[in-house]
Amino acid sequence: MKYIIYLVNGISLGSVYAIIALGYTMVYGIAKMLNFAHGDVIMIGGYICFLFMSKLSFNPYISVLIAAIGCMIVGVLIERIAYKPLRGANSLAVLITAIGVSYFLQNMALLIFGPNDKIFTSVIPNYPLNLFDGQLKISLESIVTIIVGIIVMILLTLFINKTKIGVAMLAVSEDKGASTLMGINVNKTIALTFAIGSFLAGIAGVLLCSAYPRLTFTTGAMPGIKAFVAAVIGGIGSIPGAFIGGILLGVLEIVSKAYMSAQLADSIVFSTLIIMLLVKPQGLLGKLNREKV
Amino acid sequence: MNRLYNKKFIDKSITFLMIIFLYVIITLFDKNVSSLLRGLLVQFCVYSIMAVSLNLVVGISGELSLGHVGFMCIGAFVSAGFTTYMRSVLNVESIFIFIISIFLGAFVTAVFGFIVGIPVLRLKGDYLAIVTLAFGEIIKNILNAIYLGFDSKGVHVSLKNELQLGLESDGYTLIKGPLGITSIPHYSNFLIGVILLLIVIFIIYNIIDQRTGRAIMALRDNRIAGESIGLNVTKYKLIAFTISSAFAGVAGVLYAHNYNNLAATGAKFGYNMSIMVLVFVVLGGMGNIRGSIISAVILTLLPEALRSLQDYRMLMYAVVLIAVMIFTNAPAAINFRKNLKFGKGKLKDER
Repeated sequence: MKYIIYLVNGISLGSVYAIIALGYTMVYGIAKMLNFAHGDVIMIGGYICFLFMSKLSFNPYISVLIAAIGCMIVGVLIERIAYKPLRGANSLAVLITAIGVSYFLQNMALLIFGPNDKIFTSVIPNYPLNLFDGQLKISLESIVTIIVGIIVMILLTLFINKTKIGVAMLAVSEDKGASTLMGINVNKTIALTFAIGSFLAGIAGVLLCSAYPRLTFTTGAMPGIKAFVAAVIGGIGSIPGAFIGGILLGVLEIVSKAYMSAQLADSIVFSTLIIMLLVKPQGLLGKLNREKV
Repeated sequence: MNRLYNKKFIDKSITFLMIIFLYVIITLFDKNVSSLLRGLLVQFCVYSIMAVSLNLVVGISGELSLGHVGFMCIGAFVSAGFTTYMRSVLNVESIFIFIISIFLGAFVTAVFGFIVGIPVLRLKGDYLAIVTLAFGEIIKNILNAIYLGFDSKGVHVSLKNELQLGLESDGYTLIKGPLGITSIPHYSNFLIGVILLLIVIFIIYNIIDQRTGRAIMALRDNRIAGESIGLNVTKYKLIAFTISSAFAGVAGVLYAHNYNNLAATGAKFGYNMSIMVLVFVVLGGMGNIRGSIISAVILTLLPEALRSLQDYRMLMYAVVLIAVMIFTNAPAAINFRKNLKFGKGKLKDER
C-alpha cells in the first residue's frame, strides 16, 4: 500500500511544480526569456502569507489571496524595472539581469526577515484521510494541492483559448511584429503574462510552504529550478507540457527519495533533464522552431 | 594590419606586466603585508583564474554557464585525492606530484566539461545555463554523499557510510562523505598561483587571437552568418566550454592545496559562488580578460576590508549586476550613449 502514498505525495508535489512551471513556460513563450527570479517570487509569496497569517492573524484564505496579489505586484514591478528596458537586447544580457533580480529578491528577504527559518503554519487543516481501515493515510494537504493544481490548469487553458486577452497572448508568442500590426499592445500583454505567472507563483508558494513548512530566503530557489526542469521536460512554451512535466518530476523525486537515496534525489531529477535534452531536446509536447534568416 | 597587431600586443603586455608588477610589490613589502591580506593571496589567483576562464564562455563564446564552481569542485577533489593518496599511502611528497595533479585535475575536468557540453551546446538558447546549474548541484550532492577508500583489494566506493566500505584493517579512507578529504598536503603558494594565472591568460590570449577564437567570436555575434561560411557551431562552442572547464579545474587544484581539508559545502561550491564568479566577469567587462582579473581581485578583497557592510554586500552585487546589464545592453541606454558621442554614432543610421 505504501507505493500509493508515495504516488499521491508525488502527484501533490508535482502539482506545485506544475503551477510554478506554468509561470516559467508562459513567460518563456511570450517574452522569450528565462525568468530566473520566478522561483524567488514563490518565496516572497510564502513570506507574505506567513506575515499576514501568523503575525497579523488574518484569516488563512484571505492571507493566501493577499500573498498571490502581492506576488503579482512584485512580478509586474520586476518586469517593468528590470526586464522592460532590455527588450530587444541580446538574450545573455537578459539572462544575467534575471539572475541579478533573483539574487536581489533573496538578499532583500534575508535583510527583512533575517537568516533564521520561519515555521509556516499550514493553510489547510491537518486532517488525514484514512482509507482501507487505516492502511492508507493520505493528508488533506496533498488532496487539496492536487485539486488546486487541476483547477488552475483548467482555468488557465480556458482563459488562454476563450478570452480575447488570452488569444492576444497566443498571438504575441507566435509573432510580436504581426500582433502589433493587429492592434495588440505587446507591452501590456507581456506585463499581463508576468502578472498571471506571479499570481500563480504566490499560490504555489503557499502550497509549497504548507507541505514543507521551513521558510527561509532560499526556499524558492530549488523548487524554482526544478519547476524549470519540469517546463523543459514538458516542452518549454507549452502549457499542458508544463503540467505533465511537473507531475512527472514530482513523482520521480518522491519515488527516488523513497526507494533510492534521499541525498541523491536532486541529482536524479537533474540527470533526467540532461538525458531528456539528449534524447528529445524540444521536450514532450514542445515544438521545434526552425530559425528563419 | 601591423598597427593593429601592435595595439593588441601592447594590450596583452599590459595585462602580464600588471600581474607581475602586483606580484613584485607584494613580495617586496612582504613584511608589511597584513596577515589578512596574506591569507587572501592564493584566493586572488584562484578567483582570477575562475573569472578569466568563465569569461571565455560568457564573454568570448556568448553562452552562460552557472555551474562553473562545479568544475572547480571536480578539479579540487580529483587533485587533492591524488596528492593525499600519494602522501598518506605511498609517502611521496614533492612538487612534481603537485604538477602531475594539476594536469590530472585539468584533464578530468575537461572530460566532464566535454560530456556536459555535447548534449547542451547542440541546442540553441538558454539551455546551457540551466544544465550547468543542474550539473553543479549534482556534483555537490554526489561529493557530499560519496565515501571512497583503499585497501589491499583495491578501491571501495559507497554512497551510504564509511562502514559500508568494508575496508580491511590496513585500509585508508580517502573521501569521507560530508567531511570530504582531510589532511591535504599544502602545495599552493602565491608564486605558484601567479605562474598558473599567467599561463592560463597566455593560453586564452592565444586562443582568442587565432582562427579558433575568431570563429568562436563570430558565432557569438551571428550564429547564422557563421554557420553559412561553414563554421561548425557545436565544435567551436564545445572547444571554448571544454577549455574553460579545464581552467576551472586548475583553479580548483590551486584552491584545494591551500587548505588542510576540502569539503563540498554549499558556501564554497554552491550556486552562490558561481554567481559570484559571474559578477566578476560582468563587472570586469564581458570579453575583457584584464577586467576580469581586476574585478576578481577587488571583489575578493572588498568584503574582507568592509566587514561592517557584510549584510549588504550580496544585495549590492545584485543591484550592480542589474544596473551594469541595463546600462550596457538596453537599447535606450545604447542610444543615449551614442548621442553623447557627437559625430561618431549620429551619422550612421541604425538598420
